[in-house]
Amino acid sequence: MIAHMPHPTPSRSIARKILVKALDLMSTPHHPDRYLELADPLLTTATTRARITNVDRTSLGSVTLTLRASRPLRFRPGQCVSMSVVVDGVRHTRTFSPAEVPGSRGRGVVLTVGFRPDGRVSRHLFEHAAVGDVVELGGISGDFVLPEPVPGRLLFVSGGTGITPVLAMLSGLAAAGHTGAVTFVHYARTAEHVARRGDLDAAAALPNVEVVLAHTRGGGGHLHGRFERAHLDAVAPWFADTPTFACGPTGFVDRIRDLYEDVGAIDMLHTESFEPPVVTIDPADVSGTVHFAGSGVSVDNSGGTLLDQAEAAGLTPEHGCRMGICHTCTAIRASGCTRDVRTGEVDSEPGTRIRICVNAPVGDVAVEI
Amino acid sequence: MFGLSLSFLRSVPFLSGSAPAKPEPVVLGRDAVEDIGRELDALRDRTVASLGAEDREYIYRIIKVQRGFEVAGRGLLFVGFLPPAWVAGVAALGVSKILDNMEIGHNVMHGQYDWMREPALASREFEWDTVCPADQWRHSHNYMHHTYTNIVGMDRDVGYGILRIDPAQNWHPYYLGNPVYATALMLLFEWGVMLHDAEADRLVSGERSWRDVIPLARGWWRKARRQVLKDYVVFPLLTGPMFVPTLVGNAAANLIRNVWAFSIIFCGHFPSGVQSFSVDETEDETRGEWYVRQLLGSADISGSRLFHIMSGNLSHQIEHHLFPDLPAHRYAQIAPEVQALCEKHGLPYNTGGLTRQIVSVWRKIFRYALPPSWVSAEPEVAVLIERAQPTVGGDTDSRHTERPAGTLATDIV
Repeated sequence: MIAHMPHPTPSRSIARKILVKALDLMSTPHHPDRYLELADPLLTTATTRARITNVDRTSLGSVTLTLRASRPLRFRPGQCVSMSVVVDGVRHTRTFSPAEVPGSRGRGVVLTVGFRPDGRVSRHLFEHAAVGDVVELGGISGDFVLPEPVPGRLLFVSGGTGITPVLAMLSGLAAAGHTGAVTFVHYARTAEHVARRGDLDAAAALPNVEVVLAHTRGGGGHLHGRFERAHLDAVAPWFADTPTFACGPTGFVDRIRDLYEDVGAIDMLHTESFEPPVVTIDPADVSGTVHFAGSGVSVDNSGGTLLDQAEAAGLTPEHGCRMGICHTCTAIRASGCTRDVRTGEVDSEPGTRIRICVNAPVGDVAVEI
Repeated sequence: MFGLSLSFLRSVPFLSGSAPAKPEPVVLGRDAVEDIGRELDALRDRTVASLGAEDREYIYRIIKVQRGFEVAGRGLLFVGFLPPAWVAGVAALGVSKILDNMEIGHNVMHGQYDWMREPALASREFEWDTVCPADQWRHSHNYMHHTYTNIVGMDRDVGYGILRIDPAQNWHPYYLGNPVYATALMLLFEWGVMLHDAEADRLVSGERSWRDVIPLARGWWRKARRQVLKDYVVFPLLTGPMFVPTLVGNAAANLIRNVWAFSIIFCGHFPSGVQSFSVDETEDETRGEWYVRQLLGSADISGSRLFHIMSGNLSHQIEHHLFPDLPAHRYAQIAPEVQALCEKHGLPYNTGGLTRQIVSVWRKIFRYALPPSWVSAEPEVAVLIERAQPTVGGDTDSRHTERPAGTLATDIV
């Protein structure tokens, strides 16, 4: 937890700054990291990298990675960290929900990645992640965190790899010596699909924590079938009066939200769904709004290239050849999907650099122009 | 046209070359042009689709080797009191700078590795180990030169505004100094590249305001200051008593890079046989016509794999101009297909060994220093491109009377 994070002393950080500045003058025009990383990728000063120290594939449908980061990660249990992974030579960034390895002072984290057949990154990690691989860790985000002070009674409901932020919160609570009653209902397909069995058992062993396992397609466990009101009535009849934290696939979280709305307890519910809703992209879609984030201008998508639309909106983005060869107009697409007008290829990874002269928006798009 | 050639010059083979028999120009029909466009687009798509882990490993391997040479070079200069160590240090540092500028810097800044989505190799943010600021280079090179390749009056790389390298540029007594200017540019190449975007000729002529140079000069100050500080102050100081040998060594490494980069780059567009174009004949170009211009306006240098790496694969200048943002180490694999396409349509595919291309370039530098009437015409395979508009290209005899050449000399007059 945050309270346990070691903060570097000011003198140490000043010495470090001076050292980096001196290295910078010697390595100019390249960042010193571009030299340091060749000795060890984890030596970089401007970015946090981590090495995979353990890969656990014992649960069905997910892989659990233990990482050792080059510097402490400052996150609150339940928050997400972005992780960049190289797949087929291309760097992809996704967010995952980490739990701190107890006693690692923020440098050791565990995260679980669910297998999705159409997910490039999850599939890669599921099939190929190996001890020794290096990943880059980025920004911390998310407001799926416990309130301060922590309520006396808590209910957690998770589905699949939605277990990860809950385990992070549970271990945070244990580390803080929390003694209030906690009920944790976890949904998995079968007993073999339950990820992080060891962490779950450790949580269940705590005197104030009750773990309830629900299996949607298998025997064993305490509850069976998909999430329904009867489940909570059976194990947590007081749910409507209890702060509840639910995390899982979008459909799963939606069902929980519907229930809390029905009983008028939506204020008690905090949710996080880790799978973005699947949007079927029609490349011919010329609807939506184009937002030029750098200049704060928004226009209706006319179907033209982003450069044409920016110019039509009175902006003057930097550009050159207008045919996709010179890369002068490269800009960061913050969100949304664009289509390469030459190849017809569509792409929607947030934060990707695109050439605005050969890319047209498909639906809502935000670019940093 | 060249009937007034002075006969004594013909006896100087370096200047006059072989007998100037002008071959019949190849005529390229409109269908052929569009066919070339389609085939090259398909070749591009195939290559883009196959980019992956190997290309990533390649560029990182090159970067690792370059950094290795750099660290070794700078390290050896610490013991530069031993002459072999000094020589080895200078050589290693020279190799490092060549790799940094050519196979890494030039290519990364073209966006050849943007598909990897690595912030450290993003074309818009990358910097290289020369005094020229990357953003100015990207403008004059990626945009101006690669879009308007060999269009006299638009592509400022035709003579760089200081040389006469094409018969379409009007002659002026200023150009008698052509070989001197070229030699100076060769020795000070990185500084020449830095100043390129200022367009000195247009400043002199008043076409461009000195005020426009202020933002550029700020960029020069920012970039060059750090480069100069690193090579001529920081590292010499770090070597203590070896201050002067280290400083001289670093200067020598920069010089090696300058001469090499100049030589490779001049062989890209200036050997004989390379065609230039006018603004009129390239108006409203189709994709196919753009490709054909890149084909005819560039020349390759043949050589070993190591030679191609050391030249940043600019030795595959034709392929580079067709596909400037494909990873350059792929050009070798693409080249046979491009060459076959040229053969299919009877187009020249200009390639030759380094010596041949360099001799050809320097011959041009000397030849075009002289008034057109003094030297014989160089036999070139001209290609006439059939267009929808009644404009044709390649006729080197008639073109230079049609348009302004936009060089230092014409503007001084």
